[in-house]
Amino acid sequence: MEHETTVWFAKSFGLFYLIAMSIGVVVYAYWPKNKTSFDSAAQSILDPSVEDKPYEAKRWQ
Amino acid sequence: MIAQLTKSERQLALIILLAFTICGLAMAIAGRQDPLGVHGAIVMLAGIAGIFGVIYVYYEPEPDEGRLALYYDDPTKVAIILAMIWAVIGMFIGDWVAWQLVFPNLTFDAGWSSFGRIRPAHTSAVIFGFGGNGLIGTSLYVLQRTSRARLPDQISPWFVLLGYNLFCLLAATGYFMGVTQSKEYAEPEWYADLLLEIVWIVYFVIYMRTLARRKEPHIYVANWYYMAFILVVAILHTVNNLAMPVSFGHAKSYSAFSGVQDAMTQWWYGHNAVAFFLTSGFLGMMYYYLPVRAGRPIYSYRMSIISFWGITFMYMWVGSHHLHYTALPQWVQTLGMTFSLMLLIPSWGSAGNALLTLNGAWHKVRDDATLRFMMVAAVFYGLTTFEGSFMAIRSVNSLSHYTDWTVGHVHAGALGWVAMITFGSIYASVPWLWKRERMYSPALVEWHFWLAVAGLFTYVFAMWNSGIIQGLMWRTYNSSGTLSYSFIETVIAMKPYYVARAVGGFFFFAGAVIGLYNIVMTIRTAGQPADERAADRPVAQPTGVPALQPGE
Repeated sequence: MEHETTVWFAKSFGLFYLIAMSIGVVVYAYWPKNKTSFDSAAQSILDPSVEDKPYEAKRWQ
Repeated sequence: MIAQLTKSERQLALIILLAFTICGLAMAIAGRQDPLGVHGAIVMLAGIAGIFGVIYVYYEPEPDEGRLALYYDDPTKVAIILAMIWAVIGMFIGDWVAWQLVFPNLTFDAGWSSFGRIRPAHTSAVIFGFGGNGLIGTSLYVLQRTSRARLPDQISPWFVLLGYNLFCLLAATGYFMGVTQSKEYAEPEWYADLLLEIVWIVYFVIYMRTLARRKEPHIYVANWYYMAFILVVAILHTVNNLAMPVSFGHAKSYSAFSGVQDAMTQWWYGHNAVAFFLTSGFLGMMYYYLPVRAGRPIYSYRMSIISFWGITFMYMWVGSHHLHYTALPQWVQTLGMTFSLMLLIPSWGSAGNALLTLNGAWHKVRDDATLRFMMVAAVFYGLTTFEGSFMAIRSVNSLSHYTDWTVGHVHAGALGWVAMITFGSIYASVPWLWKRERMYSPALVEWHFWLAVAGLFTYVFAMWNSGIIQGLMWRTYNSSGTLSYSFIETVIAMKPYYVARAVGGFFFFAGAVIGLYNIVMTIRTAGQPADERAADRPVAQPTGVPALQPGE
């Protein structure tokens, strides 16, 4: 593979896949349906009703 | 603590320790007079000490099944103590290095104590010893709480923690003997790198196995940051350390890369070590401990997700900003510079998110030194990432590179962000882990906080001043077109700032010593009422924990 080819690939493909991933992340983060699970995740670490122990006392199989 | 292991785990521990002992013996025999021989002896002694430790409790009764209904926090406890011990060692060496720059005679005419050897001992002890143990300890704690699942077994966390500390020990002792690959932050030689490789893979497997048993389908954001830290460090470590040893009986190896490829690989590694070791992992810490300590959910969970993916996408490309004006192709330099600037978005996303979480709880920040540690960390995270993006611009870099400004920038990040968030998280976890109501002495936490802040500002301002003066003196020409200052004149001009820096470093070191004392005394002072949060019973609305009311 020539240096020129590598540079061309990096500059073209690299640009588009990074933009596509960025759009994907923003869409995922702002998708209205996801809001409930995000809010409950944010609250989950503060829930005072949660005991400080694993939720099931099962041994790892 | 070892008695917590079951019979079969004790047997497995003995087998692993025996393997370490045999490896150490083989290294010692093959290495002979070479530093590899000394390191073989260290590995062998560590293995034998472990074997004695396990045999000592081998016939003790097995732990009952009740342990499975609790989180496994013993490795976290040990990791926190080790982190504080490494902090004291690393900061002591750091301050010694700082004083050596003021008084060069402080090498005491010995090879092992020369600047080039104790400087990497300082960086490795604080980054890997202090930071790494802090990350391992807190990540296992956060992982279990957010997944609401116990660690999968009781051997692998110990293998990770103790194997990692053996790596740190080999690194530090190697520098004193002159063992180095001459790659910054990747100095340890091939055999230590192999040990870390295995340890790191086991660490990732623990994470995956625990997450596989989590209660909630959604994985809390702190775990994403911790996972990025573990996974990317594994990739970086593997690629940058590809090397061929001179022989199996020799510590020296030669890198698979050469010339500008070697430089690019090294700084791809180097800056991503900053990104994924010193940023991503500690952001994981921040996204758990700061909301819990403040009693408020993170301001914007959405922003934390965007910041996470922003950091993972963009940080990967910025390493070339360390190689402006070198043989590296111009476009690769520009790529690194551009991505460094874009990185400001996710960085300030996280810093702003942390500060906005505290908005409305400033009275807690005022009263609680632990939370104040975390607040200062968030502020310095924002400041340092702004400064870093700015310094990555090629024309700014022409002034700042190779000067003390870089040293100041690194310490604004390492002291202001990494150490502050770690101390905050450790002060938060110690009473939870050892089931105490609070730290032994809140006054000493205040002392630590103010010493750390005073030391941080003294250090950073001294280096900003010295760095810019140094950079300007190096590029000042006189009317005949030659340099105005000789190199030694620029060195002499730095001396007052070197004194200030060493004094600031001493403050920071003193704070860490106080912290270690306070933690030891918290552990030793039994009979305190247990913190309700850590009590192993259903929390039937205990009194006096307003800090934990959601949405307050």
